[in-house]
Amino acid sequence: MLETVWFVLWGLLWAVYFMLDGFDLGLGTLMPFLARDDREKRIIYNAMGPFWDGNEVWLVTAGGATFAAFPTTYAVMFSSLYTPLLIILFALIIRGVSFEFRGKVDSPAWRFIWDSCLFIGSFVPALLFGVAFANIFAGIPFDSRGVLHGNILTLLTPYGIAGGVLFVLLFTMHGALWISVKAKGELHNRGAALARGLWVALLLVAAGFLVYSYFATPLYDNYFKMPILWLIPVITVCSLLATRFFMWKQGWWKAWFASCLTIVGTTFFGIAGLFPNMFPSSLDPAYSLTAFNSASSHLTLKIMLVVALVMVPVVIGYQVWVYNLFKSKVTDTDLAYEEAY
Amino acid sequence: MDVVMLSRLQFAAASMFHFLFVPLTLGLSIITAIMETVYVRTGDEDYKRAAKFWGKLFLINFALGVVTGITLEFQFGTNWAEYSRYVGDIFGSLLAIEATLAFFLESTFLAVWVFGWNRLSPRAHAVCIWLVAISSSVSALWILVANSWMQHPVGYVIRNGRAELADFIGVLTQKFALLEFMHTVSGAYILAGLFVAGISSWHLLRGNEVRFFKKSFNIAITFALIFAIFEVVQGHMHGSEVAETQPTKLAAMESLWETTKGAPMYMFMIPDVKHERNAVEIAGIPGMLSMLAFHSPDATVKGLKAFPADERPPVLPTFLSFRIMVGLGFFFMLITGLAWLKRNSIENYPLLLRILVWSIPLPYIAIETGWIVAEVGRQPWIVYGMMKTADAVSPIASHQVAISLAAFVLLYSLLGVADFFLLFKYARKGPEPRKNR
Repeated sequence: MLETVWFVLWGLLWAVYFMLDGFDLGLGTLMPFLARDDREKRIIYNAMGPFWDGNEVWLVTAGGATFAAFPTTYAVMFSSLYTPLLIILFALIIRGVSFEFRGKVDSPAWRFIWDSCLFIGSFVPALLFGVAFANIFAGIPFDSRGVLHGNILTLLTPYGIAGGVLFVLLFTMHGALWISVKAKGELHNRGAALARGLWVALLLVAAGFLVYSYFATPLYDNYFKMPILWLIPVITVCSLLATRFFMWKQGWWKAWFASCLTIVGTTFFGIAGLFPNMFPSSLDPAYSLTAFNSASSHLTLKIMLVVALVMVPVVIGYQVWVYNLFKSKVTDTDLAYEEAY
Repeated sequence: MDVVMLSRLQFAAASMFHFLFVPLTLGLSIITAIMETVYVRTGDEDYKRAAKFWGKLFLINFALGVVTGITLEFQFGTNWAEYSRYVGDIFGSLLAIEATLAFFLESTFLAVWVFGWNRLSPRAHAVCIWLVAISSSVSALWILVANSWMQHPVGYVIRNGRAELADFIGVLTQKFALLEFMHTVSGAYILAGLFVAGISSWHLLRGNEVRFFKKSFNIAITFALIFAIFEVVQGHMHGSEVAETQPTKLAAMESLWETTKGAPMYMFMIPDVKHERNAVEIAGIPGMLSMLAFHSPDATVKGLKAFPADERPPVLPTFLSFRIMVGLGFFFMLITGLAWLKRNSIENYPLLLRILVWSIPLPYIAIETGWIVAEVGRQPWIVYGMMKTADAVSPIASHQVAISLAAFVLLYSLLGVADFFLLFKYARKGPEPRKNR
């Protein structure tokens, strides 16, 4: 029971991470295609400014919770995915420093370096998280010792790439909606147009991914065993449709929230299908790591549950306060503010 | 090189680089918070400018501290899978609690502080930087509790083929953890104090904004002096705890080969590791080592030879690092004491100011050598007495680690150069000019 609760919490932490960091990873990916001049680039940086760091802590927490609640999964998942994971981390490093460094030297070459780092550091994690999770849904070729039979190219299966494309589209649409929320005028219009275009692509890829998952993974077994779970993909598809509806209505905040729900739903579509597996082996199901064979002791799970139940609502509370504090559109006054990026 | 050595090098590179930025974050957040509080209380605009000026340096430094910390958390899984599997029940939970309790607070409210100068009342804005300051030290507490558990594991049982938590409060409140926490954060506070005092001295030597930099100097040197004195006293207590709990580390720190009753302390020694003795031992103070380690001049101190050769740490790096750290610790007490006495007319002592400028890098060296004592001195154990480092590594290929280690070194060097370049640039530039009203 305790293990099941932690499995759901584990899924939730990853889902919240994708939902929050998703928009700034997506916006960073879109920046070269969206911004026409330095002023527009600065609007994009400052649209993410007060949020991106707090968003990224959800990744640290998701990683930490995996370590604390399911140490064996943490050990095998992170060591067998060694190379892709380190690429993600390096990408997040260069992206993180771009915010702080970019405006500190007044030279186009300097700014070009950090703009490129922001793009690479946003696109690569978006893609690789998708590739990694799709591979986990399908099973990873690792043996009883947790040794990966293959290399990073082993993960680039057609289904893995489909997962990567799905994530990039989810995040970029989410980012385009965020800049529609946060920018005015030209940039807003371009963001909105891009969101509409990306929505069509996302709809097609998401539909394809749902069908492909039936053939490439055992995810649907749980759905046939427990039909109530179908609610998850149904809600996800509804929120994707609602995203388009609100775009049409020009309700950008609402469209962005619907997109948040789409990302959480997509994550849970996979997580629910995975249960009780957390890191299934494609070599032999006996090697698979589950919520039960990889969990911590009940004492640790209980302590961690108390910490999570007390602290996570507090964190959500003050993060909501921050989003509310900085909800207004980024204006030229904001760009003239001395601490702005 | 094998996977173990490469992974150790990678972890050492990543954590030592990370710890170039953490101490300044810990200390400078408090100094900035003090300055902003003085501004809120007195309305003196100089302190607002000070909070902004030092806050900018804080942010440039923070950027690298935070991104390099994330890779450390994940490296336990990528490179030390066997370790993670064996002790995750205890160690993992401490890291997870750190993130939920402290790291969220720090990252979120730092952003509010940066972007909130015009949106919050001065009082609420000052609260934000205090939240950052407190949460960064709370963050350090959890991380150091986790590290202390590797130094001196307590509150666990070996069950189901791994170490499982038995006494959570015992893990949190063990003496080693409290001492290591105090020792590390005091070092960080000294570093930040000398950083601010050193940069202020540089400007004072040039006659820039004398009134402004004297105010910063006064706060910083007082802050540094308090912790420099505390550190020497506390360091002694921490050393005694190491003597009790980690006899092999103590013997390596002092390069003591033979178990000795009433062990002396030599002011100058050259260890001869090959022949398991010291080539040179000069100026011994009789009974001093026994006195410092066990509070009695007659106490017996175990030598390295009392332990099997494969359970002894590398002597030379541990010994040298320890001497450098202790020597610098005493130097910090002297220099901050002297500067504090002269603080009100410090601009008239150019030699002292010059020494303070050149002292900026010294606490960095003291802190890094301190970590070498702690971590190299713990070898060959990853968890002292429980698990060897060689048994902790992931089942990965050595070429994977060789490539990632090279990538770490390359990327971190580039970023380090960029970061220190920006720190220099903004430190020299000085504060924004006073606004005319």
